[in-house]
Amino acid sequence: MGFFDRLKEGLSKTRKGFVEKVESIFSSRPVDEESLEELEETLILSDVGAKSAAEIVKRLGEQAGKGGIREAGSVREFLRQEMVSMLGAAQPLVPFGERPFVILAVGVNGVGKTTTIGKLAGRLRDQGHSVLLAAGDTFRAAAIEQLEIWADRSKAQFVKHQSGSDPSAVVFDAIAAARARGIDVVIIDTAGRLHTKSPLMEELKKVKRVCGKAMHGAPHEILLVVDATNGQNALRQAELFNEAVGITGIALTKLDGTAKGGIVFAIKRELNIPVKLIGVGEGIDDLQDFVPADFVRALFE
Amino acid sequence: MFESISDKLDSIFRKLKGKGLLKPEDVEVALKEIRMALLEADVNFKVVRDFVDRVRVKAVGNEVLESLTPGQQVVKIVNDELCELLGSSASKITLSPNPPTVIMMVGLQGSGKTTTAAKLARFFKKEGRRPLLAAGDLQRPAAIDQLITLGRQIDVPVYSSRDTKDPARVGQEALKKARTDAHDILIIDTAGRLHVDDALMEELRMLRDGVSPREVLFVADAMTGQDAVNIAKQFNDRIGIDGVILTKMDGDARGGAALSIRAITRKPIKFIGVGEKIDMLEPFFPDRIASRILGMGDMLGLIEQAQRSFDQKEAESLQQRILGDSFTFDDLREQLRKVRSMGPIENLLGMIPGMNRAKNLQVDEKEFVRTEAIINSMTRKERTNHNLLNGSRRKRIAQGSGATVADVNRVIKQYVELRKMLKMFKGKKGLKIPKVFPF
Ligand SMILES: Nc1nc2c(ncn2[C@@H]2O[C@H](COP(=O)(O)OP(=O)(O)O)[C@@H](O)[C@H]2O)c(=O)[nH]1
Ligand SMILES: Nc1nc2c(ncn2[C@@H]2O[C@H](COP(=O)(O)OP(=O)(O)O)[C@@H](O)[C@H]2O)c(=O)[nH]1
Ligand SMILES: [Mg+2]
Ligand SMILES: [Mg+2]
Repeated sequence: MGFFDRLKEGLSKTRKGFVEKVESIFSSRPVDEESLEELEETLILSDVGAKSAAEIVKRLGEQAGKGGIREAGSVREFLRQEMVSMLGAAQPLVPFGERPFVILAVGVNGVGKTTTIGKLAGRLRDQGHSVLLAAGDTFRAAAIEQLEIWADRSKAQFVKHQSGSDPSAVVFDAIAAARARGIDVVIIDTAGRLHTKSPLMEELKKVKRVCGKAMHGAPHEILLVVDATNGQNALRQAELFNEAVGITGIALTKLDGTAKGGIVFAIKRELNIPVKLIGVGEGIDDLQDFVPADFVRALFE
Repeated sequence: MFESISDKLDSIFRKLKGKGLLKPEDVEVALKEIRMALLEADVNFKVVRDFVDRVRVKAVGNEVLESLTPGQQVVKIVNDELCELLGSSASKITLSPNPPTVIMMVGLQGSGKTTTAAKLARFFKKEGRRPLLAAGDLQRPAAIDQLITLGRQIDVPVYSSRDTKDPARVGQEALKKARTDAHDILIIDTAGRLHVDDALMEELRMLRDGVSPREVLFVADAMTGQDAVNIAKQFNDRIGIDGVILTKMDGDARGGAALSIRAITRKPIKFIGVGEKIDMLEPFFPDRIASRILGMGDMLGLIEQAQRSFDQKEAESLQQRILGDSFTFDDLREQLRKVRSMGPIENLLGMIPGMNRAKNLQVDEKEFVRTEAIINSMTRKERTNHNLLNGSRRKRIAQGSGATVADVNRVIKQYVELRKMLKMFKGKKGLKIPKVFPF
């Protein structure tokens, strides 16, 4: 299955729900206040956020007022453009520069950090990179074993310490090992933590600092993993993780389930952090680049 | 920091203070704010619409109580309505008349099923029961190890089998084992699955049919967005749920999903998860979640806990001492103990409006323990007269409490600063010292 089909399949539920709604809203009547309200509802139901939804609808209303938009087809086109422009340009996750390229995965509990790392390792291996996974979640029960299974699956190297040990120490060792072995990419798993917990956020800052000590300039990518099932709280997560360690990209997981993914717009709108990857399942192949134009096209096709 | 909804409403209603009845047009303005607050809290759009309609009917023509501002009055109506919708707090796990009581954990991936299964096992064990855990997640890598590790932590046996890919079989074998070993509770963990995944939902149904659970508990993440209604509906329609556990309530999620799930399933919310650790499970109180959804913080919970720990008379006598400029290390220790006895500090602070959004709020429980140890190592004289604390005494205290001299210096410095602050309170006439938190 090609990229586009897979993305479409993963998003099929989103597309159907959303497009059917928009079409049914506008097919039989002109753009008026009531139809705009219904559109706002559709957007809010997609977790776009009440604010973003209101903004989009306001612009749509203004356009309509100028006589530019009268029927369903042009509403859809306008929306598509509007939403693509909100998301900005595509920014794929590509290792560059000095080796190893160090990726640090962070996020709240249970969003899919470990799984996303496993999938990403699989993909980078397929592209011919050597990969080393660092078991930086030393807290959650069997988190190390879980990542080890993903290292096996993706044929990546694996560095771990004991459960309960200092995550910074394993991170340092992993980067040092990767440098000694000439590895291309290091991906660091971390324990899930709620963004409101200062001691845990401090621990994360330390992990980041230690990366820099083990290798100047590391980590090169700090990926915040966000669960698409989450609502507005995902914005708070992005805000506070960004404040603590500086997020360079977002991986949006579980898009195969929630059928929406509208939080992407809110995150981009409020924080201007690009989404780089999307997760559309639990298998090793269920990871895709986030390409805004394709993403929105898949929504509206 | 976000403005509480009652502040917002108060500013709206300020101009109509003193007027007797709530008027439709004023109520309409208020409802707009309420609607926004609920949507921001992730309550499902349709649930919000129904809810606002109900409040409108109740609010229009309502008389403003003597003691309340109109804003507070509307908030009260909204709050009462929310509490009613959220259900009672008396919900318990029903035990089967012929043991073992079988409990099944279901939900999406990563919602907290495995952790909560272990939390429940611990809860029952504390009640003197003999729970057995069963590792029914054969999907996620190392899921069995995760449950076994948790079981070991709480000393509860875990039934698992690595030879099968069929959770129904694991369930039945675990049930057999529970019967032979005379366990009165069997808690079955299951793999996370999407509500729209027909194959996996069917698998779950087969597991259910094989063990006839007394309680199917739907475990949901408090951060869940608009989709909560679809997810809960599907699990309820296809599997049938008996109760809900809302996890990750220790963060700043407003928890609107609680309302969405209740509205769609009518099933009681039984517990909330308030941390990763195995003892962090609490009963569900609708009034607390209601104020949280409205962004008012859990004031009620805070006030209650404060009342429980702070004897009124004691508080007054403390205030006397503070004003009398005789706040000693003994008093400080007393206060530290009181605050700690109220529960985890983080949870406590999270209940104060605005606090859960405060940044850089460093709360370290260990710090409290260390401070107390340091005070404990002081002599009685030192505790009442800090001027005695010279270098050699500080060294002795450090040794006695297992802290460093720097730690001791820090505690003394904090104490001195606290005294200074308290004196300032005293100096400012008419400035009342808050009774609950004297520092
Ligand atoms: N359906 C679906 N499930 C996912 C996806 N990504 C992760 N998961 C599942 O979510 C659960 C939590 O994932 P995990 O990687 O352990 O989360 P972590 O705690 O953030 O490391 C696991 O059951 C994963 O299989 C995804 O894109 N789609
Ligand atoms: N902060 C917090 N984390 C929780 C809570 N309950 C579960 N978790 C965490 O959420 C993640 C997923 O939990 P898990 O039990 O593996 O979810 P499952 O995939 O549904 O079995 C883990 O990192 C847990 O430690 C809670 O109440 N609070
Ligand atoms: Mg993990
Ligand atoms: Mg699990």
